Amino acid sequence: MKIVDATLEQDVTFTNEMEKFRADFPILNLKVNGKPLVYLDSAASSQMAQSVIDRLAYYQTAQHANVHRGVHYLSETATSEYEDARQKLQRFVNAREDREIIFTSGTTDAINLVMHGYGRKFIKAGDEIILTTLEHHSNIVPWQMLAQETGAKIRVVPINDAGELLIDEYESLFNQRTKFVGLIHVSNALGTINPVKKMIALARMHGVPVLVDGAQAAPHIRIDVQDLDCDFYVFSAHKLYGPTGVGMLYGKAKLLESMQPFKGGGEMIATVTFEKTTYNTIPHKFEAGTPPIAAAIGFGAAIDYLLTVGIDKIHAYEMELLHYATELINELPGVHVIGTAANKTSVLSFVVDGIHPHDIGTLLNQEGIAVRTGHHCTQPLMQRLKIPATSRASFAFYNTRSEVEAFIAGIHSVQKIFSR
Amino acid sequence: MNAKSLYQEVILDHNRKPRNYGSLNSANHHATGHNPLCGDHLDVTLNLEDDHIDNIAFQGESCAICKASASMMTTVVKGKSRGDVEILIHEFRDMATGKLDLDNPHHLGRLTVFSGIQELPTRVKCAILPWHTLQAALNSVTSASTEAENDPIHLSAGNG
Repeated sequence: MKIVDATLEQDVTFTNEMEKFRADFPILNLKVNGKPLVYLDSAASSQMAQSVIDRLAYYQTAQHANVHRGVHYLSETATSEYEDARQKLQRFVNAREDREIIFTSGTTDAINLVMHGYGRKFIKAGDEIILTTLEHHSNIVPWQMLAQETGAKIRVVPINDAGELLIDEYESLFNQRTKFVGLIHVSNALGTINPVKKMIALARMHGVPVLVDGAQAAPHIRIDVQDLDCDFYVFSAHKLYGPTGVGMLYGKAKLLESMQPFKGGGEMIATVTFEKTTYNTIPHKFEAGTPPIAAAIGFGAAIDYLLTVGIDKIHAYEMELLHYATELINELPGVHVIGTAANKTSVLSFVVDGIHPHDIGTLLNQEGIAVRTGHHCTQPLMQRLKIPATSRASFAFYNTRSEVEAFIAGIHSVQKIFSR
Repeated sequence: MNAKSLYQEVILDHNRKPRNYGSLNSANHHATGHNPLCGDHLDVTLNLEDDHIDNIAFQGESCAICKASASMMTTVVKGKSRGDVEILIHEFRDMATGKLDLDNPHHLGRLTVFSGIQELPTRVKCAILPWHTLQAALNSVTSASTEAENDPIHLSAGNG
Protein backbone atom coordinates (compact mmCIF):
# COMPACT_ATOMS: atom_id res chain seq x y z
CA MET A 1 0.00 0.00 0.00
CA LYS A 2 1.25 3.40 -0.97
CA ILE A 3 1.13 5.60 2.12
CA VAL A 4 2.37 8.93 0.86
CA ASP A 5 1.05 10.16 -2.41
CA ALA A 6 3.46 12.29 -4.36
CA THR A 7 0.85 13.43 -6.86
CA LEU A 8 -0.75 15.67 -4.26
CA GLU A 9 0.80 19.06 -4.29
CA GLN A 10 1.53 20.25 -0.82
CA ASP A 11 2.39 23.76 0.23
CA VAL A 12 4.91 22.94 2.94
CA THR A 13 5.06 26.46 4.38
CA PHE A 14 1.30 26.58 4.73
CA THR A 15 1.19 23.13 6.33
CA ASN A 16 3.91 24.04 8.82
CA GLU A 17 2.15 27.27 9.66
CA MET A 18 -1.09 25.39 10.41
CA GLU A 19 0.58 22.59 12.34
CA LYS A 20 1.93 25.05 14.90
CA PHE A 21 -1.65 25.76 16.06
CA ARG A 22 -1.84 22.16 17.22
CA ALA A 23 0.35 23.07 20.21
CA ASP A 24 -2.50 25.27 21.49
CA PHE A 25 -4.59 22.16 22.28
CA PRO A 26 -3.26 20.39 25.39
CA ILE A 27 -5.60 17.39 25.09
CA LEU A 28 -3.94 16.40 21.81
CA ASN A 29 -0.86 15.32 23.79
CA LEU A 30 -2.81 12.49 25.42
CA LYS A 31 -1.94 8.87 24.90
CA VAL A 32 -4.82 6.44 24.46
CA ASN A 33 -4.12 2.74 24.89
CA GLY A 34 -0.44 3.61 24.91
CA LYS A 35 -0.61 5.33 21.50
CA PRO A 36 -0.65 9.04 20.70
CA LEU A 37 -4.25 10.21 20.46
CA VAL A 38 -5.39 10.75 16.87
CA TYR A 39 -8.57 12.73 17.37
CA LEU A 40 -10.74 12.50 14.25
CA ASP A 41 -14.11 13.19 15.85
CA SER A 42 -14.23 16.99 15.85
CA ALA A 43 -17.54 16.94 13.95
CA ALA A 44 -19.08 15.42 17.08
CA SER A 45 -17.23 17.69 19.47
CA SER A 46 -14.06 19.64 18.86
CA GLN A 47 -11.27 20.23 21.40
CA MET A 48 -10.54 23.44 23.25
CA ALA A 49 -7.49 25.67 22.94
CA GLN A 50 -5.59 26.60 26.11
CA SER A 51 -6.65 30.24 25.73
CA VAL A 52 -10.33 29.20 25.89
CA ILE A 53 -9.72 26.93 28.89
CA ASP A 54 -7.87 29.83 30.56
CA ARG A 55 -10.76 32.18 29.82
CA LEU A 56 -13.22 29.84 31.54
CA ALA A 57 -10.90 29.54 34.54
CA TYR A 58 -10.41 33.30 34.75
CA TYR A 59 -14.15 33.96 34.64
CA GLN A 60 -14.69 31.44 37.40
CA THR A 61 -11.73 32.77 39.40
CA ALA A 62 -12.38 36.50 39.20
CA GLN A 63 -15.61 37.44 37.41
CA HIS A 64 -18.45 35.12 38.34
CA ALA A 65 -21.87 36.24 39.56
CA ASN A 66 -25.37 36.10 38.13
CA VAL A 67 -26.09 38.33 35.15
CA HIS A 68 -28.67 41.11 34.79
CA ARG A 69 -29.57 40.83 38.48
CA GLY A 70 -27.29 42.57 40.91
CA VAL A 71 -25.96 46.08 41.15
CA HIS A 72 -22.71 44.88 42.66
CA TYR A 73 -19.31 44.73 41.00
CA LEU A 74 -19.22 41.03 40.11
CA SER A 75 -22.74 41.00 38.68
CA GLU A 76 -21.91 44.00 36.53
CA THR A 77 -18.67 42.37 35.39
CA ALA A 78 -20.34 39.05 34.55
CA THR A 79 -23.14 40.87 32.71
CA SER A 80 -20.74 42.92 30.69
CA GLU A 81 -18.59 39.88 29.75
CA TYR A 82 -21.72 37.87 28.87
CA GLU A 83 -23.08 40.65 26.65
CA ASP A 84 -19.63 41.09 25.16
CA ALA A 85 -19.74 37.42 24.09
CA ARG A 86 -23.10 38.12 22.43
CA GLN A 87 -21.50 40.92 20.43
CA LYS A 88 -18.65 38.64 19.39
CA LEU A 89 -21.24 36.23 18.00
CA GLN A 90 -23.07 39.08 16.30
CA ARG A 91 -19.88 40.10 14.50
CA PHE A 92 -18.95 36.49 13.79
CA VAL A 93 -22.17 35.82 11.85
CA ASN A 94 -22.53 39.46 10.72
CA ALA A 95 -25.96 40.02 12.28
CA ARG A 96 -27.34 43.56 12.12
CA GLU A 97 -27.92 43.87 15.85
CA ASP A 98 -26.74 42.02 18.95
CA ARG A 99 -30.34 41.53 20.16
CA GLU A 100 -30.75 39.14 17.21
CA ILE A 101 -28.41 36.68 18.97
CA ILE A 102 -30.05 34.41 21.57
CA PHE A 103 -27.95 32.18 23.79
CA THR A 104 -29.36 28.65 23.93
CA SER A 105 -28.03 25.43 25.39
CA GLY A 106 -27.00 24.30 21.91
CA THR A 107 -28.18 23.73 18.36
CA THR A 108 -30.96 21.35 19.38
CA ASP A 109 -32.27 23.80 21.95
CA ALA A 110 -32.19 26.61 19.38
CA ILE A 111 -34.24 24.59 16.88
CA ASN A 112 -36.72 23.67 19.60
CA LEU A 113 -36.98 27.34 20.50
CA VAL A 114 -37.94 28.18 16.91
CA MET A 115 -40.37 25.26 16.73
CA HIS A 116 -42.15 26.39 19.92
CA GLY A 117 -41.78 30.13 19.44
CA TYR A 118 -42.48 30.39 15.73
CA GLY A 119 -43.93 27.02 14.67
CA ARG A 120 -46.59 26.64 17.35
CA LYS A 121 -47.76 30.19 16.78
CA PHE A 122 -47.79 30.37 12.99
CA ILE A 123 -47.99 26.82 11.57
CA LYS A 124 -51.45 25.29 11.33
CA ALA A 125 -53.19 22.12 10.14
CA GLY A 126 -52.55 21.44 6.47
CA ASP A 127 -49.48 23.67 6.35
CA GLU A 128 -46.29 22.18 4.99
CA ILE A 129 -42.74 22.19 6.34
CA ILE A 130 -39.87 21.43 3.98
CA LEU A 131 -36.87 19.52 5.38
CA THR A 132 -34.06 17.69 3.59
CA THR A 133 -32.88 14.07 3.56
CA LEU A 134 -29.57 15.27 5.02
CA GLU A 135 -31.07 16.68 8.24
CA HIS A 136 -29.76 15.65 11.64
CA HIS A 137 -32.46 14.24 13.93
CA SER A 138 -32.38 17.57 15.77
CA ASN A 139 -33.89 19.30 12.75
CA ILE A 140 -36.41 16.52 12.09
CA VAL A 141 -37.88 15.47 15.41
CA PRO A 142 -39.02 18.93 16.67
CA TRP A 143 -40.86 19.53 13.38
CA GLN A 144 -42.41 16.08 13.55
CA MET A 145 -43.64 16.87 17.05
CA LEU A 146 -45.13 20.09 15.69
CA ALA A 147 -46.71 18.26 12.76
CA GLN A 148 -48.30 15.74 15.12
CA GLU A 149 -49.63 18.50 17.31
CA THR A 150 -50.97 20.76 14.58
CA GLY A 151 -51.73 18.46 11.66
CA ALA A 152 -49.05 20.10 9.51
CA LYS A 153 -47.20 17.98 6.98
CA ILE A 154 -43.47 17.40 6.40
CA ARG A 155 -42.10 17.33 2.83
CA VAL A 156 -38.56 16.10 2.21
CA VAL A 157 -35.98 17.25 -0.34
CA PRO A 158 -34.32 14.16 -1.89
CA ILE A 159 -30.60 13.67 -2.60
CA ASN A 160 -28.55 12.01 -5.33
CA ASP A 161 -26.19 9.11 -4.62
CA ALA A 162 -23.27 11.47 -4.02
CA GLY A 163 -25.23 13.02 -1.14
CA GLU A 164 -26.19 16.29 -2.85
CA LEU A 165 -29.63 17.84 -2.55
CA LEU A 166 -31.75 17.84 -5.71
CA ILE A 167 -32.50 21.52 -6.03
CA ASP A 168 -35.11 21.13 -8.80
CA GLU A 169 -37.04 18.77 -6.54
CA TYR A 170 -36.73 21.28 -3.72
CA GLU A 171 -38.18 23.99 -5.89
CA SER A 172 -41.10 21.79 -6.90
CA LEU A 173 -42.05 21.15 -3.26
CA PHE A 174 -43.20 24.75 -2.75
CA ASN A 175 -46.90 25.55 -2.90
CA GLN A 176 -49.43 27.79 -1.14
CA ARG A 177 -49.34 25.61 1.96
CA THR A 178 -45.54 25.79 2.44
CA LYS A 179 -44.94 27.68 5.68
CA PHE A 180 -41.42 26.80 6.78
CA VAL A 181 -38.09 25.44 5.54
CA GLY A 182 -35.52 23.70 7.77
CA LEU A 183 -32.19 23.26 6.07
CA ILE A 184 -28.86 21.81 7.19
CA HIS A 185 -25.97 23.95 5.95
CA VAL A 186 -23.37 21.17 6.06
CA SER A 187 -24.27 17.48 6.46
CA ASN A 188 -22.78 16.05 9.65
CA ALA A 189 -22.81 12.52 8.25
CA LEU A 190 -21.40 13.20 4.76
CA GLY A 191 -19.87 16.68 4.83
CA THR A 192 -21.94 17.96 1.89
CA ILE A 193 -22.07 21.78 1.80
CA ASN A 194 -25.56 22.66 0.64
CA PRO A 195 -26.23 25.66 -1.64
CA VAL A 196 -28.16 27.37 1.14
CA LYS A 197 -27.97 30.87 -0.27
CA LYS A 198 -29.70 29.81 -3.46
CA MET A 199 -32.19 27.69 -1.50
CA ILE A 200 -33.03 30.58 0.81
CA ALA A 201 -33.57 32.85 -2.20
CA LEU A 202 -36.04 30.30 -3.62
CA ALA A 203 -37.92 30.17 -0.32
CA ARG A 204 -37.91 33.97 -0.19
CA MET A 205 -39.72 34.07 -3.56
CA HIS A 206 -42.51 32.10 -1.90
CA GLY A 207 -42.40 34.22 1.26
CA VAL A 208 -41.38 31.23 3.40
CA PRO A 209 -39.02 31.61 6.40
CA VAL A 210 -35.90 29.44 6.51
CA LEU A 211 -33.99 28.02 9.48
CA VAL A 212 -30.42 26.99 8.70
CA ASP A 213 -28.76 24.41 10.95
CA GLY A 214 -25.15 25.60 10.86
CA ALA A 215 -23.71 23.26 13.52
CA GLN A 216 -21.30 21.71 11.01
CA ALA A 217 -20.77 24.85 8.93
CA ALA A 218 -19.77 27.54 11.42
CA PRO A 219 -16.49 25.83 12.45
CA HIS A 220 -15.35 25.54 8.81
CA ILE A 221 -16.75 28.24 6.55
CA ARG A 222 -17.45 31.94 6.82
CA ILE A 223 -21.03 32.67 7.91
CA ASP A 224 -22.78 35.89 6.93
CA VAL A 225 -26.46 35.79 7.89
CA GLN A 226 -27.21 39.03 6.05
CA ASP A 227 -25.64 37.77 2.86
CA LEU A 228 -27.47 34.43 3.21
CA ASP A 229 -30.68 36.29 4.09
CA CYS A 230 -31.76 33.39 6.32
CA ASP A 231 -34.42 33.97 8.96
CA PHE A 232 -32.83 31.76 11.59
CA TYR A 233 -29.29 30.39 11.90
CA VAL A 234 -28.24 28.03 14.70
CA PHE A 235 -25.06 26.37 15.94
CA SER A 236 -23.29 25.10 19.07
CA ALA A 237 -20.08 26.23 20.78
CA HIS A 238 -18.69 22.76 21.41
CA LYS A 239 -18.23 22.00 17.72
CA LEU A 240 -16.52 25.38 17.33
CA TYR A 241 -13.66 24.81 19.78
CA GLY A 242 -15.76 26.12 22.66
CA PRO A 243 -17.43 24.57 25.71
CA THR A 244 -20.51 22.34 25.83
CA GLY A 245 -23.84 23.61 27.16
CA VAL A 246 -24.14 26.70 25.00
CA GLY A 247 -25.19 27.49 21.47
CA MET A 248 -26.80 30.33 19.61
CA LEU A 249 -29.87 31.22 17.69
CA TYR A 250 -29.68 34.07 15.24
CA GLY A 251 -33.10 35.34 14.22
CA LYS A 252 -34.22 38.40 12.33
CA ALA A 253 -35.37 40.89 14.97
CA LYS A 254 -38.86 41.28 13.51
CA LEU A 255 -39.45 37.54 13.50
CA LEU A 256 -38.09 37.10 17.02
CA GLU A 257 -40.37 39.87 18.23
CA SER A 258 -43.41 38.25 16.62
CA MET A 259 -42.73 34.92 18.30
CA GLN A 260 -44.06 33.56 21.57
CA PRO A 261 -41.56 32.74 24.35
CA PHE A 262 -40.28 29.17 24.56
CA LYS A 263 -39.50 28.88 28.26
CA GLY A 264 -41.07 30.91 31.03
CA GLY A 265 -39.25 32.13 34.11
CA GLY A 266 -36.97 34.84 35.39
CA GLU A 267 -35.11 37.22 33.08
CA MET A 268 -37.63 36.79 30.22
CA ILE A 269 -40.25 38.97 31.92
CA ALA A 270 -40.97 42.69 32.16
CA THR A 271 -43.65 42.53 34.87
CA VAL A 272 -45.32 39.62 36.62
CA THR A 273 -48.55 39.50 38.61
CA PHE A 274 -50.62 36.38 39.27
CA GLU A 275 -53.08 37.68 36.68
CA LYS A 276 -50.70 38.51 33.85
CA THR A 277 -47.08 38.59 32.75
CA THR A 278 -45.61 40.93 30.17
CA TYR A 279 -42.50 39.70 28.44
CA ASN A 280 -39.10 41.26 28.23
CA THR A 281 -37.72 42.48 24.90
CA ILE A 282 -35.46 40.34 22.71
CA PRO A 283 -33.02 38.73 23.26
CA HIS A 284 -33.99 38.39 26.96
CA LYS A 285 -37.52 37.19 26.12
CA PHE A 286 -35.91 33.91 25.03
CA GLU A 287 -33.35 33.56 27.81
CA ALA A 288 -35.43 32.44 30.79
CA GLY A 289 -33.54 31.57 33.92
CA THR A 290 -29.83 31.93 34.62
CA PRO A 291 -28.05 31.35 31.32
CA PRO A 292 -24.84 29.31 30.90
CA ILE A 293 -22.75 32.42 31.65
CA ALA A 294 -19.31 30.80 31.83
CA ALA A 295 -19.95 28.74 28.70
CA ALA A 296 -21.22 31.80 26.78
CA ILE A 297 -18.07 33.72 27.69
CA GLY A 298 -16.02 30.67 26.65
CA PHE A 299 -17.98 30.67 23.37
CA GLY A 300 -16.81 34.23 22.79
CA ALA A 301 -13.20 33.26 23.60
CA ALA A 302 -13.41 30.34 21.16
CA ILE A 303 -14.51 32.73 18.43
CA ASP A 304 -11.61 35.05 19.26
CA TYR A 305 -9.26 32.09 18.94
CA LEU A 306 -10.84 30.93 15.67
CA LEU A 307 -10.46 34.38 14.18
CA THR A 308 -6.77 34.54 15.10
CA VAL A 309 -6.23 31.34 13.12
CA GLY A 310 -8.48 32.57 10.31
CA ILE A 311 -11.54 30.74 9.02
CA ASP A 312 -10.43 30.79 5.37
CA LYS A 313 -7.03 29.32 6.30
CA ILE A 314 -8.79 26.69 8.41
CA HIS A 315 -10.98 25.72 5.49
CA ALA A 316 -8.09 25.56 3.02
CA TYR A 317 -5.96 23.41 5.33
CA GLU A 318 -8.84 21.09 6.22
CA MET A 319 -9.54 20.62 2.50
CA GLU A 320 -5.92 19.62 2.04
CA LEU A 321 -6.29 16.99 4.81
CA LEU A 322 -9.59 15.77 3.34
CA HIS A 323 -8.16 15.39 -0.17
CA TYR A 324 -5.10 13.60 1.16
CA ALA A 325 -7.23 11.22 3.24
CA THR A 326 -9.68 10.64 0.39
CA GLU A 327 -6.87 9.83 -2.02
CA LEU A 328 -5.28 7.36 0.41
CA ILE A 329 -8.54 5.70 1.46
CA ASN A 330 -9.53 5.18 -2.17
CA GLU A 331 -6.42 3.04 -2.59
CA LEU A 332 -7.63 0.57 0.06
CA PRO A 333 -9.53 -2.29 -1.60
CA GLY A 334 -12.96 -2.93 -0.07
CA VAL A 335 -13.27 0.56 1.42
CA HIS A 336 -15.99 2.84 0.07
CA VAL A 337 -16.36 6.54 0.75
CA ILE A 338 -19.97 7.52 1.51
CA GLY A 339 -20.73 11.08 0.46
CA THR A 340 -18.83 12.28 -2.58
CA ALA A 341 -20.39 15.69 -3.07
CA ALA A 342 -18.37 18.16 -5.15
CA ASN A 343 -18.59 20.68 -2.34
CA LYS A 344 -17.67 19.19 1.05
CA THR A 345 -16.18 20.00 4.42
CA SER A 346 -13.53 17.77 5.99
CA VAL A 347 -15.80 14.83 6.79
CA LEU A 348 -14.86 11.38 5.51
CA SER A 349 -17.62 8.82 6.00
CA PHE A 350 -16.87 5.30 4.83
CA VAL A 351 -17.85 1.65 4.96
CA VAL A 352 -15.59 -1.38 4.69
CA ASP A 353 -16.73 -4.61 3.01
CA GLY A 354 -17.49 -7.30 5.56
CA ILE A 355 -16.64 -5.22 8.62
CA HIS A 356 -19.24 -3.44 10.73
CA PRO A 357 -18.48 0.20 11.63
CA HIS A 358 -18.60 -0.55 15.36
CA ASP A 359 -15.89 -3.17 15.02
CA ILE A 360 -13.81 -0.64 13.07
CA GLY A 361 -14.34 1.99 15.78
CA THR A 362 -13.37 -0.37 18.60
CA LEU A 363 -10.22 -1.57 16.84
CA LEU A 364 -9.13 1.92 15.74
CA ASN A 365 -9.56 3.05 19.34
CA GLN A 366 -7.04 0.38 20.27
CA GLU A 367 -4.57 2.34 18.11
CA GLY A 368 -5.50 5.60 19.83
CA ILE A 369 -7.58 6.72 16.84
CA ALA A 370 -10.97 8.30 17.65
CA VAL A 371 -13.62 8.11 14.92
CA ARG A 372 -17.39 8.20 15.15
CA THR A 373 -19.34 5.12 14.14
CA GLY A 374 -23.06 4.65 13.77
CA HIS A 375 -25.94 6.40 12.07
CA HIS A 376 -24.73 9.88 13.12
CA CYS A 377 -28.26 10.83 14.22
CA THR A 378 -29.32 10.70 10.57
CA GLN A 379 -31.37 7.53 10.33
CA PRO A 380 -33.50 8.73 7.38
CA LEU A 381 -30.29 9.49 5.46
CA MET A 382 -28.88 6.05 6.26
CA GLN A 383 -32.15 4.48 5.02
CA ARG A 384 -31.87 6.47 1.78
CA LEU A 385 -28.27 5.28 1.33
CA LYS A 386 -29.37 1.72 2.22
CA ILE A 387 -26.67 1.29 4.86
CA PRO A 388 -27.17 0.82 8.62
CA ALA A 389 -24.21 2.94 9.65
CA THR A 390 -20.85 4.35 8.62
CA SER A 391 -17.53 5.14 10.23
CA ARG A 392 -16.71 8.82 10.09
CA ALA A 393 -13.38 10.58 10.37
CA SER A 394 -13.70 14.35 10.66
CA PHE A 395 -10.61 16.51 10.31
CA ALA A 396 -9.98 19.77 12.10
CA PHE A 397 -7.21 22.29 11.55
CA TYR A 398 -5.27 20.78 14.47
CA ASN A 399 -4.96 17.44 12.70
CA THR A 400 -1.88 16.60 10.65
CA ARG A 401 -0.96 14.69 7.52
CA SER A 402 0.83 12.10 9.65
CA GLU A 403 -2.43 11.56 11.58
CA VAL A 404 -4.19 10.97 8.26
CA GLU A 405 -1.54 8.34 7.52
CA ALA A 406 -2.00 6.72 10.95
CA PHE A 407 -5.75 6.59 10.31
CA ILE A 408 -5.32 4.92 6.92
CA ALA A 409 -2.81 2.44 8.37
CA GLY A 410 -5.34 1.76 11.16
CA ILE A 411 -8.09 0.81 8.70
CA HIS A 412 -5.65 -1.40 6.86
CA SER A 413 -4.76 -3.22 10.07
CA VAL A 414 -8.46 -3.73 10.92
CA GLN A 415 -8.88 -5.32 7.50
CA LYS A 416 -5.92 -7.60 8.22
CA ILE A 417 -7.46 -8.73 11.54
CA PHE A 418 -10.72 -9.57 9.80
CA SER A 419 -9.02 -11.45 6.97
CA ARG A 420 -7.17 -13.78 9.37
CA MET B 1 -8.00 -5.29 28.22
CA ASN B 2 -6.81 -5.10 24.66
CA ALA B 3 -9.75 -4.95 22.28
CA LYS B 4 -7.70 -6.95 19.82
CA SER B 5 -7.72 -9.89 22.20
CA LEU B 6 -11.51 -9.91 22.03
CA TYR B 7 -11.37 -10.21 18.27
CA GLN B 8 -9.80 -13.62 18.54
CA GLU B 9 -10.06 -16.50 16.15
CA VAL B 10 -13.24 -18.08 17.55
CA ILE B 11 -15.21 -14.82 17.37
CA LEU B 12 -13.91 -13.91 13.92
CA ASP B 13 -14.73 -17.43 12.73
CA HIS B 14 -18.34 -17.28 13.95
CA ASN B 15 -18.63 -13.82 12.36
CA ARG B 16 -17.36 -15.11 9.04
CA LYS B 17 -19.32 -18.38 9.08
CA PRO B 18 -22.28 -17.91 11.41
CA ARG B 19 -23.86 -21.20 12.54
CA ASN B 20 -27.62 -21.75 12.41
CA TYR B 21 -27.98 -18.67 10.24
CA GLY B 22 -31.40 -18.14 8.70
CA SER B 23 -35.01 -18.48 9.73
CA LEU B 24 -37.07 -21.52 10.77
CA ASN B 25 -40.32 -21.76 8.82
CA SER B 26 -41.95 -23.93 11.45
CA ALA B 27 -40.85 -21.89 14.46
CA ASN B 28 -43.29 -21.68 17.36
CA HIS B 29 -41.35 -18.87 19.06
CA HIS B 30 -39.73 -15.84 17.50
CA ALA B 31 -38.54 -12.35 18.37
CA THR B 32 -36.68 -9.46 16.77
CA GLY B 33 -33.97 -7.76 18.76
CA HIS B 34 -33.00 -4.20 18.09
CA ASN B 35 -30.10 -2.05 19.22
CA PRO B 36 -31.22 1.48 18.45
CA LEU B 37 -27.78 2.78 19.35
CA CYS B 38 -26.30 1.41 16.15
CA GLY B 39 -29.35 0.27 14.16
CA ASP B 40 -28.38 -3.38 14.45
CA HIS B 41 -31.16 -5.92 14.52
CA LEU B 42 -31.52 -9.67 14.55
CA ASP B 43 -34.33 -12.21 14.37
CA VAL B 44 -34.37 -15.35 16.47
CA THR B 45 -36.70 -18.19 15.55
CA LEU B 46 -36.94 -21.38 17.55
CA ASN B 47 -38.97 -24.50 18.15
CA LEU B 48 -39.77 -25.31 21.72
CA GLU B 49 -40.83 -28.98 22.08
CA ASP B 50 -41.53 -30.50 25.52
CA ASP B 51 -39.89 -27.45 27.06
CA HIS B 52 -36.67 -28.08 25.13
CA ILE B 53 -35.19 -25.98 22.32
CA ASP B 54 -35.51 -28.45 19.49
CA ASN B 55 -34.13 -26.12 16.84
CA ILE B 56 -33.06 -22.50 16.63
CA ALA B 57 -31.85 -20.04 13.99
CA PHE B 58 -30.95 -16.37 13.77
CA GLN B 59 -30.41 -13.79 11.08
CA GLY B 60 -29.87 -10.08 10.93
CA GLU B 61 -27.50 -7.24 10.41
CA SER B 62 -24.93 -6.62 13.10
CA CYS B 63 -21.33 -6.17 14.11
CA ALA B 64 -18.92 -9.08 14.55
CA ILE B 65 -19.37 -9.18 18.32
CA CYS B 66 -23.16 -9.45 18.03
CA LYS B 67 -23.12 -11.94 15.18
CA ALA B 68 -20.55 -14.21 16.85
CA SER B 69 -22.46 -14.02 20.13
CA ALA B 70 -25.67 -15.02 18.32
CA SER B 71 -23.99 -17.82 16.40
CA MET B 72 -22.36 -19.32 19.49
CA MET B 73 -25.57 -18.88 21.46
CA THR B 74 -27.53 -20.98 18.97
CA THR B 75 -24.99 -23.81 19.06
CA VAL B 76 -24.96 -23.83 22.86
CA VAL B 77 -28.70 -23.65 23.57
CA LYS B 78 -29.86 -26.15 20.95
CA GLY B 79 -31.21 -29.23 22.75
CA LYS B 80 -31.23 -27.59 26.16
CA SER B 81 -34.25 -27.23 28.43
CA ARG B 82 -35.89 -23.88 28.89
CA GLY B 83 -34.74 -23.79 32.50
CA ASP B 84 -31.10 -24.45 31.59
CA VAL B 85 -31.24 -21.81 28.84
CA GLU B 86 -32.60 -19.25 31.25
CA ILE B 87 -29.67 -19.90 33.57
CA LEU B 88 -27.30 -19.37 30.64
CA ILE B 89 -29.01 -16.11 29.63
CA HIS B 90 -28.61 -14.90 33.18
CA GLU B 91 -24.99 -15.94 33.45
CA PHE B 92 -24.06 -14.50 30.07
CA ARG B 93 -25.58 -11.16 30.97
CA ASP B 94 -23.82 -11.12 34.31
CA MET B 95 -20.51 -11.99 32.66
CA ALA B 96 -20.85 -9.25 30.06
CA THR B 97 -21.65 -6.65 32.70
CA GLY B 98 -18.84 -7.80 34.98
CA LYS B 99 -21.13 -9.16 37.70
CA LEU B 100 -20.11 -12.80 37.36
CA ASP B 101 -17.04 -14.19 39.06
CA LEU B 102 -15.75 -16.69 36.51
CA ASP B 103 -13.77 -18.45 39.24
CA ASN B 104 -17.05 -19.70 40.71
CA PRO B 105 -18.94 -22.57 39.06
CA HIS B 106 -20.91 -21.53 35.97
CA HIS B 107 -22.28 -23.07 32.79
CA LEU B 108 -20.84 -20.74 30.16
CA GLY B 109 -18.09 -23.00 28.82
CA ARG B 110 -16.59 -21.57 25.62
CA LEU B 111 -18.90 -18.55 25.82
CA THR B 112 -16.30 -17.09 28.20
CA VAL B 113 -14.46 -15.83 25.08
CA PHE B 114 -16.83 -12.87 25.52
CA SER B 115 -15.73 -12.11 29.09
CA GLY B 116 -13.46 -9.28 27.88
CA ILE B 117 -16.50 -7.35 26.64
CA GLN B 118 -17.05 -5.99 30.18
CA GLU B 119 -14.00 -3.78 29.57
CA LEU B 120 -15.67 -2.20 26.53
CA PRO B 121 -18.85 -0.64 27.95
CA THR B 122 -19.96 0.68 24.55
CA ARG B 123 -19.94 -2.85 23.15
CA VAL B 124 -21.63 -4.77 25.98
CA LYS B 125 -25.01 -4.34 24.30
CA CYS B 126 -23.70 -5.86 21.08
CA ALA B 127 -22.84 -9.10 22.87
CA ILE B 128 -26.04 -9.22 24.90
CA LEU B 129 -28.56 -8.43 22.15
CA PRO B 130 -28.91 -12.06 20.90
CA TRP B 131 -29.50 -13.28 24.44
CA HIS B 132 -32.12 -10.63 25.08
CA THR B 133 -33.82 -11.61 21.88
CA LEU B 134 -33.76 -15.29 22.85
CA GLN B 135 -35.29 -14.40 26.21
CA ALA B 136 -38.02 -12.41 24.46
CA ALA B 137 -38.73 -15.29 22.07
CA LEU B 138 -39.02 -17.78 24.95
CA ASN B 139 -41.40 -15.42 26.73
CA SER B 140 -43.40 -14.97 23.50
CA VAL B 141 -42.57 -11.28 23.41
CA THR B 142 -41.97 -10.45 19.76
CA SER B 143 -39.47 -7.66 20.14
CA ALA B 144 -36.55 -6.80 22.37
CA SER B 145 -34.43 -3.74 22.69
CA THR B 146 -31.16 -2.99 24.38
CA GLU B 147 -32.53 0.32 25.63
CA ALA B 148 -34.83 1.63 28.35
CA GLU B 149 -35.86 -0.95 30.92
CA ASN B 150 -33.93 -3.63 29.05
CA ASP B 151 -30.74 -1.66 29.19
CA PRO B 152 -28.31 -4.27 30.49
CA ILE B 153 -26.04 -1.89 32.29
CA HIS B 154 -28.35 1.03 32.92
CA LEU B 155 -26.07 3.02 30.70
CA SER B 156 -28.11 5.89 29.36
CA ALA B 157 -26.36 5.81 26.03
CA GLY B 158 -27.33 8.66 23.75
CA ASN B 159 -29.03 7.59 20.62
CA GLY B 160 -28.58 10.64 18.44
